[in-house]
Order: sequence, then C-alpha cells, then structure tokens
Amino acid sequence: MSTPNPRFDFDIAVVGSGPAGLAAAALAASKGASVVLLDEQAEPGGQIYRAVTETPVRDRKVLGPDYWHGAELLGPLRDSGAVHWPGTIVWSVARPREDAGDGHRPIQIGLSRNGLAAMLTVRHVILATGALERPFPIPGWTLPGVLGAGAAQVLLKTSGLVPSGATVMAGSGPLLWLLAWQYLQAGARIDAILDTTPKENWRAALPLLPGFLRSPYWAKGMKLMLEVRRKLTVIGNVTALRAEGAIGGDSALKSVVYTRNGTEHRLPADTLLLHHGVIPNLNLANATGCAQRWDEQQRCWRPTTDDWGATSVEGVSLAGDGAGIGGARAAEEAGRLAALDALHRLGRIGREQRDQLATPFRAALDRALTGRAFLDTLYTPAEAFRAPADDTIVCRCEEITAGAVREAVRLGCSGPNQAKSFLRCGMGPCQGRLCGPTVTEVIAAERGVSPAEVGYYRLRPPVKPITLAELAALPKTDADIDAVFKH
Amino acid sequence: MFRRLPEIETATAAQAVSFTIDGRPASARAGDSVTAALLANGVTACRTTAVSGAARGPYCMMGVCYDCLVTIDGTGNRQGCQVRVAPGMAVETQNGKREVER
Repeated sequence: MSTPNPRFDFDIAVVGSGPAGLAAAALAASKGASVVLLDEQAEPGGQIYRAVTETPVRDRKVLGPDYWHGAELLGPLRDSGAVHWPGTIVWSVARPREDAGDGHRPIQIGLSRNGLAAMLTVRHVILATGALERPFPIPGWTLPGVLGAGAAQVLLKTSGLVPSGATVMAGSGPLLWLLAWQYLQAGARIDAILDTTPKENWRAALPLLPGFLRSPYWAKGMKLMLEVRRKLTVIGNVTALRAEGAIGGDSALKSVVYTRNGTEHRLPADTLLLHHGVIPNLNLANATGCAQRWDEQQRCWRPTTDDWGATSVEGVSLAGDGAGIGGARAAEEAGRLAALDALHRLGRIGREQRDQLATPFRAALDRALTGRAFLDTLYTPAEAFRAPADDTIVCRCEEITAGAVREAVRLGCSGPNQAKSFLRCGMGPCQGRLCGPTVTEVIAAERGVSPAEVGYYRLRPPVKPITLAELAALPKTDADIDAVFKH
Repeated sequence: MFRRLPEIETATAAQAVSFTIDGRPASARAGDSVTAALLANGVTACRTTAVSGAARGPYCMMGVCYDCLVTIDGTGNRQGCQVRVAPGMAVETQNGKREVER
C-alpha cells in the first residue's frame, strides 16, 4: 500500500472519466497507488458513455451494445479504491521548478468544485480529456436550432430527447451514421441526411480498405449504414451547405440550403445536426506545455506521446482520444498502458513487470486501431468545410469571419497566435476549441503552406473560465503573499 | 425543437422538476441539464451575444462551446449544459454580456 506522504494529496490524478480515464484510474488504484479521478460531469462515462449509470433510455436496443459496454468499466473502478470527484473542473496542471526534497517534483492541479477553487498536489497526472467534435463552420451555423450531432446524442443519452419538427443531419463520419441509426431505433423523425463525404476521398481510402475489413467495426458499421440508407433519405455528394433563418431574421433556423452537382436545393428545417468527425480535446495538454504535432491523416493537432502515453512534460501522460482519435475501445487500452507506465515511474512496478502486464492491453489496442486509417482517410472533410468561404463565422465567441482571418493574413498575420492580437479570434470563453482548427486551416491555405508550419494557439491556464472571486479565495502561503507585497 | 421519447414522458410524472424560465412556470425531468430542460420546453435560443446581439442556442452540450450561457438563480454566464435543473430554480435567458453583480 502507499506510504502516506503529507506533501502529496494523491500519487496519481486522472483527468476525465471516459473510457481512458475509467480504465486508467481503476488499474492504477488496483495496484496500490492512491488515485483521484477528476471529472466535469456528475456521473462517470465521458461523452461516449454519457449517463450510462442513469440514462432514461432503458430500451437497450436504442443506444446499442457498444454504449452499454461502458457500464462494465464502472465495477472495476468502484472495486479499485480510486477516489472519484465528479463535478470537478480542472483549469490548470503545472509542475513547479523545485522538487519537494524527496526526488519527486510535485505536480499542482488547479481545480474548481462546487464553485470553490482548490489546488491539489500529486506525483503524476494522466490526462484523459477525450475528443470534441471537429468544428463544422458553415454560414448560419450559429443560428439557434443548429447543433452538433454529438450534442444531439448527449441530449438523447442524458434526457431521452430527440428532434421534433423538420430535422436534417449533415456531414460525414461514423458518429453521424450511429446517431441516425439510434434515432431510427427510437422512432425519431429525420427528413434527410446530407452526406458531405467527398467522392475523391474514396480513391485515397480504397487501398486502405483491406485493413478496415479486419477491423471489428467493419461488420457493425456496414450493417448500421445499410439500415440507415434503406430507411432514410440520404443525399450524397453535397459540396456546400448553409443554414438560414427567416428572411430578415436570425433568431432561429428555418431552412438548410445545400449544393449537389453544382445546383442549390433548399430543405425546410427546424433542427440541423452537423458532424465532421472528432478531434482531440487538447486544451489542457497544450496549456500544460505538452508538445503537439500536426497529424496530416487525421487533419488535426495531437499532443506528442510515446507508446505509453508519456508527453514531453515529465510526470504528465495522455490516454485516449485526447492524444489522437482511436475510438472508445482503443482509449480504454491506452488508459491501462498509461496507468502501468505511471506505476513504473512511481517505482511501484519494475520495467519488466510493466512490459509483461502491458502485453494483453497492447494487443487489444492494436486490434481496436485496425482499419483506423481507412476511416480517417474516407472521412477527411472537404477543404471547403475546413477553410470555409469568407462570409462564414469561424470564431463563434468573438464573431470573426473566415474573410477577416484571410484579410489579416494579407496584412502579415502568419499564424493563429497573431490572429488573436489582430482579431481577438480564439479569445472568447471557448478558448479556441470551436475555431482553432479552422483558423489554422484558413491561414495555412491562404499562405499556401502546411498547417504544421502555421501552428496552433498557445493556450494558457485557466483552460476553463473561473471567476476572479474563486481565484482570490485560494489558500495562500506566506511566500505567495511576500511575492506580491515585497516586489 | 426537441421532444421527449414517449416511454420516458410516462415515467416523468413521478420525476418532474418544477422551475421557471424567465418567470414562467416550466417542468423538466430530474437529471436534465438546464439546457436540456430549456429545449424540452421549446426554448431553442437561450441568449443573445455580447458582440452583435445575435440569438444563440446550445451547440455542443458538453461544456466546450459556451453558447448555452444563461442566468441561473441570479448568477449570469452559467453554462446551462453543465448544471442540473433543480426544483424552484429560476432560469433566465441572457441578453448580451453578463451584468455587473449578476
């Protein structure tokens, strides 16, 4: 068992209770480490298994067996002795320069629970912050009535809510089809699915198909897609989209205009659900100082990690989709690998034991990632949606258009960080989560260089807005007070 | 616009939560987020923006987009999707930026 050390609140903190976080916390705690699992939501599960303990959708066929697998991760967590703090926002992870005197440099976590800020000191952090939907900027996407497909799925899982009135789904990627299938099982109305998967993607994806045929997702995905195509109106080769309110009004969505084979068509719509795949939710890792790189295949930034999820910052690991998209089952195994490596780094298990224990998890991870390249390549969004037309708002918080970003580039702005000072884009409360990838793509396209060269926002804590009152109420040491009053 | 699945509507009677939207009485299901409760009551737009005054509604439902901001029990700029609706809660749609002292 762990030796109590007053310098540390816990050996390991895990941030996020989706599949990666649940698996990591359960394994690390079961091997004797003291573990705290910090999560924003009231119940464990992350977004993929959101509300799995309490969903009102009790008919198991609606959400499907892959969703209910999430419940199997909860027993091991309960039995492990890990401490679960739901309703906790982590706004900073930092490593002070000096060590605690025993060879371990503590990591300080800034968090907020029940409206009160607090600092937590731990030896190791596993970030399992998961994914968020790739921004899908089209004209009118800020109108009430336009939501992410992932958002609509959260409403289904947590509250049993489905769209009523005229409903259009648009975009591409597995989640769009899964949600359509779930709506079919639930008896919800969908007027049309506008498929924006570019025809050209098939050419690049076909050579990767044999790999996908060995994936566990192949048969399931095919069955689900065929059922959706048989029962719903699916309109393919959609190359442009826009959401419109009433004429002269912008208070709510009224119609969706799409382009197919060069011709515009209009559909009445009360609800439009957009989806263009998911990307790593990397704000916390970025603000912690973890190096990240541009992933051309997934067309997103991902923090740099080794085989165990270790980042460029000592004592900080990443597991699951937050380190690159692999899906829920891959996230679970990555969580276990990160936990084993953390145990090794803390001196609880030897290197050989770590490697030996990792063998089955690594094999399962490889299986779960089989065929991923096919999905990534097939579902890469068309450039017109990644770097949209000038009149499209890209930064929803500050209401900055793609045209304004291009104008800034012409004035000498070379990357997203300068774009902030030119335009304020990325400086609203979402802290670039809904505009960062688009701003990178727009600047890269305008400059004619790779997104890797353009870079990404440099994010700083707090990564979620907290009030000044909360910060001011943090406990202070004499050294903290001296730092302010003696300089 | 969103509706509750019928089999859940039946279960709701025992689990109903009474709250108010801009002073009007409303009902939701225990476990709903404030945002889900608004959508279930036909309120798609929950605020206007501080920048242009345009109407906005929820977009991500997972705490990252900050478009679902509302005033809850007198405190402005709360993320409706991250707060559970509670009996007697006063939810107000929000115009522009958060007011001083709210």
